[in-house]
Amino acid sequence: MSSTAYRAMLFAGAAMACFALAAPAQAQDKTTACLVTKTDTNPFFVKMKEGAQQKAEELGIELQSYAGRIDGDNQSQVQAIESCIAAGASGILITPSDTKAIVDSVQKARDAGLLVIALDTPLDPVDAADATFATDNFVAGQLIGQWAKAKLGDEAENAKIAMLDLSEAQPTVDVLRDQGFLSGFGIDTVNENVIGDEEDSRVVCNDVTDGNEEGGRRAMENCLQKDPGINVVYTINEPAAAGAYEALKSVGKESDVLIVSVDGGCPGVKNIEDGVIGATSQQYPLLMASKGIEAIAAYAKDGTKPETTEGKNFTDTGVNLVTNEPVDGVESIDVSEGTDRCWG
Amino acid sequence: MSTSGASRSDDYESVLSGSSKDVASFERKRSWLENVQHLLHSHPSLVPLIVLAASIIIFGLYLGSRFMSAFALTLILQQVAIVGIVGAAQSLVILIAGIELSVGAIMVLSSVVMGQMAMNVGLPAPVAILIGFGVGALCGTINGFLVAWVKLPPFIVTLGTWQIFLATNFLYSANETIRSQAIEQEAPLLQFFGESIHLGGAVLTFGVIAMVLLVLGLAYALNNTAWGRHVYAVGDDADAAELSGVQVKRTILSVYILAGVICAFAGWVLIGRLGSVSPTSGQFTNIESITAVVIGGISLFGGRGSILGMLFGALIVGVFNLGLRIVGTDPQWTYMLIGFLIIGAVAVDQWIRRASA
Repeated sequence: MSSTAYRAMLFAGAAMACFALAAPAQAQDKTTACLVTKTDTNPFFVKMKEGAQQKAEELGIELQSYAGRIDGDNQSQVQAIESCIAAGASGILITPSDTKAIVDSVQKARDAGLLVIALDTPLDPVDAADATFATDNFVAGQLIGQWAKAKLGDEAENAKIAMLDLSEAQPTVDVLRDQGFLSGFGIDTVNENVIGDEEDSRVVCNDVTDGNEEGGRRAMENCLQKDPGINVVYTINEPAAAGAYEALKSVGKESDVLIVSVDGGCPGVKNIEDGVIGATSQQYPLLMASKGIEAIAAYAKDGTKPETTEGKNFTDTGVNLVTNEPVDGVESIDVSEGTDRCWG
Repeated sequence: MSTSGASRSDDYESVLSGSSKDVASFERKRSWLENVQHLLHSHPSLVPLIVLAASIIIFGLYLGSRFMSAFALTLILQQVAIVGIVGAAQSLVILIAGIELSVGAIMVLSSVVMGQMAMNVGLPAPVAILIGFGVGALCGTINGFLVAWVKLPPFIVTLGTWQIFLATNFLYSANETIRSQAIEQEAPLLQFFGESIHLGGAVLTFGVIAMVLLVLGLAYALNNTAWGRHVYAVGDDADAAELSGVQVKRTILSVYILAGVICAFAGWVLIGRLGSVSPTSGQFTNIESITAVVIGGISLFGGRGSILGMLFGALIVGVFNLGLRIVGTDPQWTYMLIGFLIIGAVAVDQWIRRASA
């Protein structure tokens, strides 16, 4: 090796060492927050990231974003938490993919002095995180259940309901919306923590959609094969609802069936305007994320932890029923207001 | 009859007069099992066909008309259409002893390009669709070039391009779904393969018809054209094919390009099925298509199997999916059964390989 090359390498090595020493020092004087979402492809999480970034810039916080590859990817989220601890972050905002499996990693982060806030999806148990900023998913389900019941009137007694859920793993958000809908509709949920154990004959089908159009269509086709008389369809989210609608349209039943959903994304709200979906419960991901960043900033400053909404074990970021056909006794906003506040 | 006399002791030939005069041969009666083995060897799509028929009969007996109706059986075809078309692309690649992990990514990227071109760029729908096909062909060219000329293993190449194409899809589309109703208004041609013909209770979407025609067309091309024989030859033994004058590199490239174009076509059919253009679709189509190919009896070692078998393989999965859902079992049982089928199919393939041709 020539001596010039040797010197150059020595110089490079020294420079790298300097950077390595400088990096943690830099991280110290600027608060770092982490955002860990289920995926970075679902518009809901895209919007969440946008909200976090805006707020972080405003408050002068450095934001590191991580995501699983697919919904349900726990492993990537564990790695993300480890990276955040290593990076010396002050807090983590996380939408857990596996609400139980992530608990140990969250505990590690909290032991290391980080504030951990669950966004959108509560951990299981909910107090495994320092705080949860979320839609009240049970109420979100309940609102569409009450609306569907009122809309059917006396016919609610003879309803035939298809439940298009998220996944076999039954994550908390899936269970809460599903059971919220049933209780809103006036159906005994038996065990409130389990999907699909109802004995009421009005629930004719449970199937999973993976929360996308493809799954929504397939699940609806399967359910119609089980009972062609289905007239109420609960869907976990609006992409699943759009898929279910295509299945109904292909057999010419799209106008005989009431579809309800949860999310309030812009395409979903437009689908209400077009009569594809009857009503949806709108949630506010941007708000969840920006409040989360504010909470981390406050914690980094003087150690204050966020408080829960009165009477609930989490911080409620609000939910509104969006529909153009309001019914008595269920508060709702119309499509134009829903459009103003929609995301995605 | 050598007893005639000692004086003729040098008459060696006479001793043979009573022996068998047959020429030595290895002919012996086949056992019935060997007959079956031989039959399956010459008709590789027979095993999946038998499994398919058996599963339809069993579900039919158990579920009655909810399953055994023209409507339900054609519904299975509808649910299988996407995997069947992508499976055709996968079959071609596996026949040349390759593997295509990027099929689903090419499909969804092409469908997103079609949607964006028609809806956001404002091109006429036929042009948008052609551009989508161009994207599929380009993706296939990249894969084929890397495999044939750069000589990288197909598994590695498509493992890489899978991620690249999928990431391109998400970045390009900004994860935005184009709604069904908007497409219906502005570019209904994109939803063409969602249209259907009703024959009694049977509902055949154009997507289903396209799948069947595509598979039949490819089966003809593989069995009756020089290109088809080259594909099998390259898959069986690329060196031998090269020596006998087959242009191996060009054949490999042609297969990957054709596979890419078929995936783009699947993207068009996907828009028909979903109504909307959804960038999150099709992420597991690669695994589903490989499943159909393997259950369909196409050998992962290349050069053996029929594309019709792939279609039967896809249908078996479809029958299980619908049948078990109507029964009301946990979806995990479907996965478990499909897992058994995959291992069973490979075991049968290994056994058939030992048959005399």
